[in-house]
Amino acid sequence: MQLTLWTYEGPPHVGAMRVATAMKGLHYVLHAPQGDTYADLLFTMIERRDQRPPVTYTTFQARDLGSDTAELFKTACQAAYDRFKPDAMIVGASCTAELIQDDPGGLALALNLPVPVVPLELPAYQKKENWGAAETFYRLARAFAGPRAPRPGTPRPARVSGTRPRCNLLGPTALGFRNRDDVAEIAKLLETIGVDVSVTAPMGATVDDLSRLGDADFNVVLYPEIAGVTAQWLERAFHQPSTKTVPLGVVATRAFIAEVASLAGIEVAAALSAIDTGRSRLPWYSRSVDSTYLTGKRVFIFGDATHALAAARIAHQEFGFAVVGLGTYSREFARDVREAAKAYGIEALITDDYLEVEAKVAELQPDLVLGTQMERHIAKRLGIPNAVISAPVHVQDFPARYAPQMGFEGANVIFDTWVHPLMMGLEEHLLAMFKGDFEFHESAAPSHLGHSANAQQAGLDRLDQAATAAMDHAGNNSVSWETDAEKELSKIPFFVRGKARRNTERYATERGLQLVTVETLYDAKAHFSR
Amino acid sequence: MTLIAMRSPSDSPMGCDNRPVLRQRGQREVFCGLTSIVWLHRKMRDAFFLVVGSRTCAHLVQSAAGVMIFAEPRFATAIMDERDLAGLADANDELDRVVTRLLERRPDIKLLFLVGSCPSEVIKLDLARAAERLSQRFLPEVRVLNYSGSGIETTFTQGEDACLAALVPQMPSEPANAGKSLLVVGALADIVEDQFRRLFENLGISTVAFLPARAASDLPAVGPNTQYLLAQPCLGDTARALDARGAKRLSAPFPLGVEGTTEWLRAASIAWDVPSDRLVETVRGPQARARQALQRHRELLAEKSIFFFPDSQLEIPIARFLARELGMNVIEVGTPYLHQQHLSNEISYLPESVRLSEGQDVEMQLDRCRSSNPDIVVCGLGLANPLEAEGLTTKWSIELLFTPIQGYDQAADLAELFARPLVRRATLEV
Ligand code: SF4
Ligand code: SF4
Repeated sequence: MQLTLWTYEGPPHVGAMRVATAMKGLHYVLHAPQGDTYADLLFTMIERRDQRPPVTYTTFQARDLGSDTAELFKTACQAAYDRFKPDAMIVGASCTAELIQDDPGGLALALNLPVPVVPLELPAYQKKENWGAAETFYRLARAFAGPRAPRPGTPRPARVSGTRPRCNLLGPTALGFRNRDDVAEIAKLLETIGVDVSVTAPMGATVDDLSRLGDADFNVVLYPEIAGVTAQWLERAFHQPSTKTVPLGVVATRAFIAEVASLAGIEVAAALSAIDTGRSRLPWYSRSVDSTYLTGKRVFIFGDATHALAAARIAHQEFGFAVVGLGTYSREFARDVREAAKAYGIEALITDDYLEVEAKVAELQPDLVLGTQMERHIAKRLGIPNAVISAPVHVQDFPARYAPQMGFEGANVIFDTWVHPLMMGLEEHLLAMFKGDFEFHESAAPSHLGHSANAQQAGLDRLDQAATAAMDHAGNNSVSWETDAEKELSKIPFFVRGKARRNTERYATERGLQLVTVETLYDAKAHFSR
Repeated sequence: MTLIAMRSPSDSPMGCDNRPVLRQRGQREVFCGLTSIVWLHRKMRDAFFLVVGSRTCAHLVQSAAGVMIFAEPRFATAIMDERDLAGLADANDELDRVVTRLLERRPDIKLLFLVGSCPSEVIKLDLARAAERLSQRFLPEVRVLNYSGSGIETTFTQGEDACLAALVPQMPSEPANAGKSLLVVGALADIVEDQFRRLFENLGISTVAFLPARAASDLPAVGPNTQYLLAQPCLGDTARALDARGAKRLSAPFPLGVEGTTEWLRAASIAWDVPSDRLVETVRGPQARARQALQRHRELLAEKSIFFFPDSQLEIPIARFLARELGMNVIEVGTPYLHQQHLSNEISYLPESVRLSEGQDVEMQLDRCRSSNPDIVVCGLGLANPLEAEGLTTKWSIELLFTPIQGYDQAADLAELFARPLVRRATLEV
């Protein structure tokens, strides 16, 4: 039993819904009580879908439990077929139905529907949403592409010369973070370097498309959490290699192009030069002098493994930030994240406990938080600038405009998104110089985010408290502040105040000082600015 | 899969108004009772709601709350895993561990609800026993109660009913010599509560209490001298529990709209022998103010047709208000559950032409809705955008629960909730 305030992932059947909703002509019959229909609103409200997800819920009630829930499932399944006439169906149980063990798969098969039915086993008490999506995609791929797999041992026939190489784009689903635009961006990029997209799946794919998965020369895995298992199976069944680089950030996009070129048998240099590298403004924007102020900004990163790993890389290599925290809720990828964290000299935070993440942010007091919807709220509450980099996301993270994360345009979007919540370079400078000035007063927020000053101040107080609490916890709060020193501290611009407090207290503790005076404050400043 | 049982007046079991009710059995598109935690925890400020359920339950509560991360959320889920399913003894130990950890973190909590879910009910985890055990351990600091918000037992607002029904046995008994007291039952926004308090005072009814109280730890007393008014239509079990404590229900429509509010106050006035001119005097001002505020919306809403999907059980009283005070043409009123006795007043006020439906086959209901092409559809969040995309205008029903709508001074706000989508549709040129 786990005490949970907020969850990063829903149950595995929600993952299956993300796949079904992304596809065309597939219908999902879910054995579930009425309350589970809440999941529809994730799609219709958060993603603003203009259609209901293709899901029929049996909505059994307590009084059905004594009689025949299995019969109810069969009627619902038949009625769903009659009404929606899908090309194929998936059937399964939600957490409650799993306990009553009606075997939706067997029941549906017994109906002899004129379309294929794929049963799903998604253990609700062990697994979570992304796993459910990955498993569903894998089952579907096997069911529809499987029959066309060559006999084991048969080598892959060489591509007919003169034809362009073809790949599948795997992993985009409904409710995924920026999946719609990532697919468009990467398809465009592939087209430019001479690679055709054979099938994109699950997003937009029909059952028929799935049956053609084996036709492509290789697979592009956009989201390993969702498509990893399927890609591995395609590799075994069809000898299709797949990409390992996720094209998030300029450096990774270049590496991705090189990887694709080598899988496609295109010359790498030619592929890279086919791309107008000027399309990415990130490198120049990052080198331009205004960005100097980004140097060493302490950033905390949390999300699904793919986005968290990429964000850390981008933060470090492309923004010049210092990665002070890195973590993921994707336990399946814990090892990769741990390794990456080690490279930044930190320990990865592998958890799906929101409280742990919150405590970590409060303790680290970063300058910027990059995370999911949850971290956005943590940061908002603590008054720390933040940007969203990973699912789960909320309605505002499905923007009307084209805003991919992947590829060169994605890098542009990332640059803007991460820099926006921070102070402008010169502005930060002026604030430091005129800290006593009424216009540049201590609680001033970035001028382009002016209205949030009060929230930020409130957040700061909370941050202070949280930090104090965190330090209490660490047992090193033996230091107290003289009133004058406290006053002096409050003159320091808010975005460095936390750091100043921390450094001063560390300085004092190291020297066995019980009381921080104005002198201690400046001694510490001198000490740490060496 | 649909069984249509159109009850003819003759086999309708009870009710003063023998109109037919359409009952279909198919997919229901409604929340379960866990959802009511979202407003109950805002109302009872020293109570914590711990759902004992699955990841689905946690995800539901969080999605219904709009992923609104409250600074201090007073609800959480104890998510059961395989090990809890394997052995109930361990599940109980686990629950004790989770509760202990929770109460350590939150010393401000005075009342803890263990909220049952479908999984906890199917595996027969006895939360009543658990609540007793934990109460013994944590009293007097914390009282632990339980109720079910499961989707196999409850729909949406029935969660509030189950919660309040669990509180009733905890209410102190009124002293033997207690005078008459009035109890208003059903969660109301504080501002509405205060308005009603003032109105009752002006009527000379001074001993008035509300259930739930703002602090769960000061529950009002109850007994044979208590008479109660329901402020919400979903409270069947709570009413039964109050009856069992000797309290008497004052039969009245619900305090929605000018008419509903007046009749509701009148029921109390009669029971308290308030002279009728005092009632008239008391409500004259607020009534006039409300009528005037409604006038603007009436111009827009009169003659417009409306279709209700079942959701909160507020559908019937709201339809009555829209039909009688704003002149709307109500096509169908769906309700998840129809409490004939508590709603008899309301139903008799509804125009004959209104189709009443209880329960749901959402696909068939969507067919009916489309074919009747209403000017506005009241439905849940799962249906709203898809219907808008089909060209219909919708009002999300969940807003009816998060907005203060009861009483005179909220009547126009309630009307505005229906006017806004129409105004918006008329304004947009895209
Ligand atoms: S319907 Fe049952 S399983 Fe689903 S969220 Fe509600 S209580 Fe949990
Ligand atoms: S604050 Fe966040 S969760 Fe709440 S409504 Fe706004 S975006 Fe949604």
